[in-house]
Amino acid sequence: MPMMEYIAAIRLAMKEEMENDPSVFILGEDVGVKGGVFTTTKGLQEQFGEDRVIDTPLAESAIAGVAIGAAMVGMKPIAEMQYSDFMLPATNQIISEAAKIRYRSNNDWDCPIVVRAPIGGGIFGGLYHSQCPESIFFGTPGLKIIAPYSAYDAKGLLKAAIRDPDPVLFFENKKCYKLIKEDVPDDDYIVPIGKANLLREGDDITVISYSLPLHFAMQAAEELEQEGITSHILDLRTIQPLDREAIIEAVRRTGKVLIVHEDNKTGGVGAEVAAIIAEECLYDLDAPIRRLCGPDTPAMPINPPQEKFFMLSKDKLLTAMRELALY
Amino acid sequence: MSTTNSVQKNITMPQLAESLVSATISKWLKRPGDTVDLYEPICEVITDKVNAEIPSTEEGVMGELLADEGQEIAVGEIICRIVTEGEASEEASAPAPSAPAAQSPAVRPASPTGASAAPQAASGGEAGGMRARYSPAVQALAAQHGLDPAVIPGSGMGGRVTRKDVLRHLEHGGASQAAASAAPTAPSAPQPAAASFAAPQPAAASFAAPQPPMFASSSLSSQNEVRHSGLHLSENPKLPKIEIEEGGRGANETYIDITPIRNTIASRMRQSVTEIPHGWMMIEVDMTNLVKLRNKHKDEFKRNEGVNLTYPAFVIKAVVNAIKDYPIMNSVWAVDKIIVKRDINISLAVGTEDSVLTPVIKKADQKNIAGLAMEIDDLARRTRERTLKIDDMQGGTFTVNNTGSFGSILSQPIINYPQAAQLTFESIVKRPVVINDMVGVRSMANFCLSLDHRILDGLICGRFLQRVKENLESYSPDTKLY
Repeated sequence: MPMMEYIAAIRLAMKEEMENDPSVFILGEDVGVKGGVFTTTKGLQEQFGEDRVIDTPLAESAIAGVAIGAAMVGMKPIAEMQYSDFMLPATNQIISEAAKIRYRSNNDWDCPIVVRAPIGGGIFGGLYHSQCPESIFFGTPGLKIIAPYSAYDAKGLLKAAIRDPDPVLFFENKKCYKLIKEDVPDDDYIVPIGKANLLREGDDITVISYSLPLHFAMQAAEELEQEGITSHILDLRTIQPLDREAIIEAVRRTGKVLIVHEDNKTGGVGAEVAAIIAEECLYDLDAPIRRLCGPDTPAMPINPPQEKFFMLSKDKLLTAMRELALY
Repeated sequence: MSTTNSVQKNITMPQLAESLVSATISKWLKRPGDTVDLYEPICEVITDKVNAEIPSTEEGVMGELLADEGQEIAVGEIICRIVTEGEASEEASAPAPSAPAAQSPAVRPASPTGASAAPQAASGGEAGGMRARYSPAVQALAAQHGLDPAVIPGSGMGGRVTRKDVLRHLEHGGASQAAASAAPTAPSAPQPAAASFAAPQPAAASFAAPQPPMFASSSLSSQNEVRHSGLHLSENPKLPKIEIEEGGRGANETYIDITPIRNTIASRMRQSVTEIPHGWMMIEVDMTNLVKLRNKHKDEFKRNEGVNLTYPAFVIKAVVNAIKDYPIMNSVWAVDKIIVKRDINISLAVGTEDSVLTPVIKKADQKNIAGLAMEIDDLARRTRERTLKIDDMQGGTFTVNNTGSFGSILSQPIINYPQAAQLTFESIVKRPVVINDMVGVRSMANFCLSLDHRILDGLICGRFLQRVKENLESYSPDTKLY
């Protein structure tokens, strides 16, 4: 099994799917000749040609719109948003068109598009290259939203997303691109959409998260184990639809829940997870549900001290997890 | 005794300096049960730079000590707990469950709520308002197993009974005990539970059998209790103490553990020698006039100020004045630039038995000779007493080393990184010297300068040393100390 960066796993998923299915194609800004600003699509235009790896104008609404149109006639487009921050011109296409096509056509039409967009900060990207826009799309029925934390999951989930008959938003974490390196199988495997994944078993606290903060949680859990605190860590993997059963089961294990995400706290994914727990697990709770999230500020600042303040870290997780364990 | 009023406050390892991430507790100055005033030192710590005392941020009575002497604690970690408002001090401070049991009966008749001390003691002295607040999970489990959560020792925040406490209690056969205690036929068993809950209960009821439930619950706790606070889930590995071990094997060798300060000295010296290309110069100074000046004032100075009027005060004054003329001496190499420091902060090398430290005379250019003498005395004394603070060690821009104090006449100092130079002041010796073609006996001393050759060259340093020499030789019996 080759060691592979998170970004290479995403590239490999697209490559494999394009080789297997001629209806799969990529469109986006700088995805072709340049191979993507992060090199996510590097080499794909050489392999598949200009017709299947298309450089588009700087118009996100057009990227999404063209993808939706192509999907209408049987194609399976992968639309890349260069940064999720730039995705907002495409929200109308995504929310009002892609998400509603199956419903509106009474199941006659579907819209098998994947919109890939890098999320997250910690890369000195500042206001317009660091956002986590999950909460903008979260709660829109008709969309599936995926946010993998590992290279293995990134490949398996992207392949599942490409094959999925409905619109999928694939939020890849740009800080993970080069940071995460692990064994990724060469073979054609799928990680199912809608299934959460238990990363670590423990008895003292449950941590529920997705994307980058899970790495911090895993590191913190390792340290807390030295103190005798064991952590039960659940990776949501798919944030829409949420895996309610897995959430409930993970909560029942310890009765103490910490929900973590980099997107800001108010109205985030964590709020919905907390609501599910409150609805289903009241009598299993041994402590108030806690959330550790990005602060409710308009954006991530670019200067390093404030960026550090904004970003989650192992230490922040460690403090929050220990506090909850001691409660 | 109203245990509900007392609160356990966590005391954490403070950030003693920007760069510090941890410190080693060298000595606890307060023991559990000791009264602690606000800002009163509670322990001594060794950092990689100095020994410092940690002042208390709370007023109250020392509770648990969560760190051992010799243990390295990361900044922000809890080192101990202080019980504020004193009332619960006996329980909080007593590690053995029998101690509160022995003390409580004497106090108890004074207050009808005294019986609540029983579950308190059972929880290992954890006091706080969370004792009787049960989470949905605890209530559900208790109901399911017919338990009264009040009899279960709480390990959570503020003595709260956690879900795990209930599960542990069940595992240890707590269910049957609790079931027995729930039976109203046993007069003594339900006591701790009932009393702690029912506040309006007549006092007589809670006094009915104070002793048996006390001991019952105490011994129960000592059996069942795995920890008495969350942080004690497992024992921290003890760090090796700083001590000299006699080598048992060959008996020819002695192993000395490296102290944090020794480690810092070692790495700083290596860093200085490897990074800084050292140059070296020496100059000879006629100290005769200075000796006379000092002899004239030293007794009176000692009488008036209570400190010795030492040569380094005069030397530092002369050096500082020379630095003012050659500010480049007061600089730092920053790869793409040289940073010249405006404040002249003189690091003074002070040797102790097992280390050398360089406390700093801040803004030495703004002090007169008397002021310098007093500051030198203060820093040297506090170095020997190991009471220097981090702040005393920081900000030095140029080092003066009184190597003459141990008889050296020539030395080649390693620059105090990242400064640009270090000057040593060697022994003053009487020697025949030719002055105006006549031989006279003069008090002579050598001054040696190590310089960062990236910043400084021979010419500028030669001029600087000449200026030091001029300044020292131009002292006269009329020079003012103040």
